[in-house]
Amino acid sequence: MNGQKARRTDWYAISWRIPLIVWQGLFFIGPLVFMVAMSFFVVKNYRMEAAFDVGNWVKTLGRPIFWDSYFLTLRLAFGATILTTLAAFPASFFLSFHASETFRRWAVFFLIIPFFTSYLVRIFAWQVILAQQGVINAGFSIFGLGPYTMLNTMFGTLVGYLTLCLPLAIILQTFALNGVDRRLVEAAHNLGCGRFHTIFAVILPLAKTGFVVAAVFCFILSFGDFVAPYYLGGSKPPTLSIMIIDTSKSGQQWPRAAVVALMMIVTLMVVAFSAIGYAYRRRR
Amino acid sequence: MSKILVPTRRELLKAGAASVLAMPFVSRAWAAVTEINMLAWYGHGEPDVVAEFEAANNVKFKPKYYAGGDNMLALIAQSPPGTYDVILSDAEFVQQLNAAGYIEELNAADYPFDDMVHEDFKKFPGHWKDGKLYSVMVRFGLLGVSYNTKAVSDAEAESYKCFWKPELKGKVGHFDWHLPNLGQLSLYNGNGKNLWNLDKGQWDKLKATAKTLRPQVGGFFDYGGTFNGLKTGEMLAMAGIGDWITGVLERDGAPVKSVIPKEGGIQFTESYSIGKGTPKAAIVKKFIQYMLSPEGQVKSANMAAYPANIVTNKGRKALQDKNPKEAKRSNQVDGSPLDPVKLIKDGRIQYRDIPKQQSLEDWNDFWQEYKSAS
Repeated sequence: MNGQKARRTDWYAISWRIPLIVWQGLFFIGPLVFMVAMSFFVVKNYRMEAAFDVGNWVKTLGRPIFWDSYFLTLRLAFGATILTTLAAFPASFFLSFHASETFRRWAVFFLIIPFFTSYLVRIFAWQVILAQQGVINAGFSIFGLGPYTMLNTMFGTLVGYLTLCLPLAIILQTFALNGVDRRLVEAAHNLGCGRFHTIFAVILPLAKTGFVVAAVFCFILSFGDFVAPYYLGGSKPPTLSIMIIDTSKSGQQWPRAAVVALMMIVTLMVVAFSAIGYAYRRRR
Repeated sequence: MSKILVPTRRELLKAGAASVLAMPFVSRAWAAVTEINMLAWYGHGEPDVVAEFEAANNVKFKPKYYAGGDNMLALIAQSPPGTYDVILSDAEFVQQLNAAGYIEELNAADYPFDDMVHEDFKKFPGHWKDGKLYSVMVRFGLLGVSYNTKAVSDAEAESYKCFWKPELKGKVGHFDWHLPNLGQLSLYNGNGKNLWNLDKGQWDKLKATAKTLRPQVGGFFDYGGTFNGLKTGEMLAMAGIGDWITGVLERDGAPVKSVIPKEGGIQFTESYSIGKGTPKAAIVKKFIQYMLSPEGQVKSANMAAYPANIVTNKGRKALQDKNPKEAKRSNQVDGSPLDPVKLIKDGRIQYRDIPKQQSLEDWNDFWQEYKSAS
């Protein structure tokens, strides 16, 4: 009888797992396996042909510009992650610890609103704002300053990354901070811990997991983003995502583009697993 | 008191039978709207160009747009045979379309070759093979120095050298495609009509020249970015383009224009082909004929996405009659020293081609290196 019960429970659990397994299999594992296979294909007369040729790996990884682009993309993504985390914290701290319930609800609603609009449209709006004859430089000109070049620079790229990541980071950080036990904060204060010191000694360690998850999201989104470095950074110099576009659109070199993409996926996995490992290390 | 209409069984059967009998006519009317799959640069399948043809012939264009000939070949190679009914290609890629068997042979008698504005257009390179026609040129444009007239004088724009002007540091943009940009730099290096046929020394020199230009470069842009860059003044000069972009801005009153410098310019040529194996070859042929008619040529010249020059004499006359302002702006008037046809006849224009001694991959690899350089 007990055995029958256990079987019924298993089917119930499996039925809930199946959609996720099928989804991941169809849209993640399947394409990933195909991409690995494709990285060994050859291109003849603009047509891909199935083969096992390591030439794409040798050619792509043997080019100094790949590594230049790789480390640039890595630096930019790390920079964007640090900037976003720092910029999001005051807002999330205020929302979690000082804002009323109603204000917080509205704030989260307004933080979600940007996702209703196409990211590309928001980036084109930034072009108008950051241009030499744009809104910001017009403001500077009132004080006799500028114009400053902001578009088609790394600054422009970072503005794009923040546009993509900041609302999400604030939301995730706010939820993480909401989970911090207020009694521990009060206890810290009662024991003479200053407000500033409490943040680093009590609040951040308790909310570490949420903060790391927010940072990982920022990194993943920035590392793979094509729009910001192309339209606000002027593709100068190109990031890995731009390199994929360049490689695939010229000469139908999808296999080489697959090599770049796989290197990106490996990097993202290493960073994500390391970060998550760090986030949960203490709790184990 | 109103009477409630309840159909009798006989009436219901009659109505049903009538509906069934009418069905073939309804379905026939629907079927008559033929969908034409077009592969083209942006703009060619838009209503300002094709709406009248669609209405007159009960067809509907379904365009798939690309940017750059390599991109076009990649798209067509990925698609099953017969996906595209009509293909607009840059002339230098027609031979590759043909070699890969993507396009149908055409009958030269169907098209107005006798009315072409230039003798070369009748037997345009790559369009014919073994005496057989595979593609028909419908428009062309010239690539040279594109610049903001407030930052670069007309005299300075007479040479590609203006791209190196110190005041333009960080303000020179590139249309993000290796072929027109490296072609222009090849012209700057004095390669003239051999601009695509570079030996190792000339190729190395071209790469060296490009690297000296790199510090001047403010960005690499697609169509939208190039357009915005010039419009906002973010870029004050642009390599790799011509009137096909500045013309749109100029029509709106922006202080930009394109000229052919003393080193020469490059002609881009757009040609229509019929997709191999399409069952709609007859209507596609009719469409190509329409685009070569005076009416179609005027539509092409006035295309909202990007203007280009007319290839037939009758079309040119029609533009002068219907839109003299655009005819004058684009110098498509007899006697103009900047008349595109005159520039070709004077030998100042080279037809865009693909590299002869290097592969497209070599050029693209270098372009990627150039973009990554600081």
